[in-house]
Amino acid sequence: MNPKLLKQRIYFQVFRIATASVIFFLFLMIWTFISNGIGVINWTFLTDVPREGMTAGGIFPAIVGTIYLTLGTIALALPVGVASAIYLVEYAREGRFVRIINSAITNLAGVPSIIHGLFGYGLFVIFLNFGTSILSGSLALFLLVLPVVISASREALLSVPKSFREGSLALGATKWQTIRHNVLPYASPGVLTGAILAVARAAGETAPIILTATFFYRPTIPNSPLDGTMALASHIYYMSTQHPNIAQVRPLVYGSVLVLLGIVLSLNFIAIIIRTRHRRRKKW
Amino acid sequence: MDKDAHERRNLNLKEFLIEKLLFFSATISILVVILIFIYLLSQGAPAFSEISIVEFLTGKNWQPTSVVKPEFGTVPLLYGTMLVTFIAMTISVPIGVMIAIYIGEVAHPIEKEILKPIIELLAGVPSVVYGFFALVTLATWIQQLTGTTSRLNALNGGVILAIMVIPTIVSLAEDAITSVPKEYREASTALGASKWETIRNVVLPSSAPGILAAILLGFGRAIGETMAVLMATGNAAIINLNILDSTRTITATIAIETPEVAFGSLHYHALFALAILLFVITFAFNYLASTVMKRLGRTRR
Repeated sequence: MNPKLLKQRIYFQVFRIATASVIFFLFLMIWTFISNGIGVINWTFLTDVPREGMTAGGIFPAIVGTIYLTLGTIALALPVGVASAIYLVEYAREGRFVRIINSAITNLAGVPSIIHGLFGYGLFVIFLNFGTSILSGSLALFLLVLPVVISASREALLSVPKSFREGSLALGATKWQTIRHNVLPYASPGVLTGAILAVARAAGETAPIILTATFFYRPTIPNSPLDGTMALASHIYYMSTQHPNIAQVRPLVYGSVLVLLGIVLSLNFIAIIIRTRHRRRKKW
Repeated sequence: MDKDAHERRNLNLKEFLIEKLLFFSATISILVVILIFIYLLSQGAPAFSEISIVEFLTGKNWQPTSVVKPEFGTVPLLYGTMLVTFIAMTISVPIGVMIAIYIGEVAHPIEKEILKPIIELLAGVPSVVYGFFALVTLATWIQQLTGTTSRLNALNGGVILAIMVIPTIVSLAEDAITSVPKEYREASTALGASKWETIRNVVLPSSAPGILAAILLGFGRAIGETMAVLMATGNAAIINLNILDSTRTITATIAIETPEVAFGSLHYHALFALAILLFVITFAFNYLASTVMKRLGRTRR
């Protein structure tokens, strides 16, 4: 064979192997969790509180805690994020202000999550006296996912053609009416994708919440934003590093990992589906 | 006429208020970044009334809770962070770039449609899950392969971190590769170059700044990552050249020590000083990455 093509073939084979091995690692990892964790997952595990020094029972309080934390986070991040994106795309003129906001968003996205945790601990937990609570945790996570929501919403708004706006404005609609009725509806799948990804991100984040919101053991279901909580992500960390009997509780940790992974990966999957379907259906 | 004018004024007022509200929301990102930075500074600065900056940056011992003589030297933590990051980048840069080339240039369109979401799923796995995998499975593999006595070590942390950084590098490098204009490739092919020669001599050089930015962002991610290294590296704050020994990063130190520290103590302020150090390092990498990207945008035009 032509040596030129042989060389090409060898290179492409190497690239293919690199790709395949990373995917293999991902599946191997997921398989490890499934094979070790599926055995402990049953109705009791999902609906019961931890019992007998956390060596038995379930993870219900952690599941509820994760749901509360992510709901609190998205309730803050979605309105602020979408409003920021609307301002940047529809109102702001190119200039210094937009450049500053853009670099602020990029910087915020690059802040390590442990800094969000330490900042939240100092400011929300201690200084503002919210204590170790769902409120403190949601605020810390809000700062963390805000850039995700802004970027996704901005892209969604930018993908709506200019003619949609012009048509509405030509008919005498005001700027806000135009945005409200002729832009936002078409941007909503993109905004929704961003929101789902933000929820998935918030559900999996651990470093910020172990400093602001969670306890090793708190079986009661929180009934106020000022209550501390258990959460799936922090539960995995505590149970695999700090439980006095690490070997005995290991199967339970596998079960918790599987539940968290199930939630996070299905959210990611839903986001991917919404996006591809929207892209395919889009007629403009 | 009056009613009409009144309505119009109301409408204008509404438009005005909405714009102001949106404007205010947009400024929140700026305020938050400034607030985080100022807060870190204000809480970190008091540490330097008792520890000299030189001691903080060059001290070889991090023993904040020592009863005899607390020491706040960050060298072992900086070393740990750099060691783990270096291992991670050594693995993830070549593999990440190869995957990006494969997805961008080699893979069949259908294959591409499948591969891209899988890479996204890789990015979606929470870091605590990676950490758990490193703690229970990867550590065992590495121990069996190398026979090391310390099960949790820098190599373990570096490998799991590499896996976590790969999606960042792949998606950005792939963007850079696909954004190379088609005409470049066509010109090269027309001159008789093979596909690989075109990639090698045309596509890679012209996407190099984008790939560099991807690598820099990967660096930033790796340095700032907490849970996986916290669970994988064993967290001993010692300077040791052996990658099979336990090591401790800046992020892990903050995560471990913050819950136990007394509010307002020297140690408390030292942790914020540590956060400033981390903030500055990650900021530098992100800034470099965005500068490289901007320059790329300018030359392309």
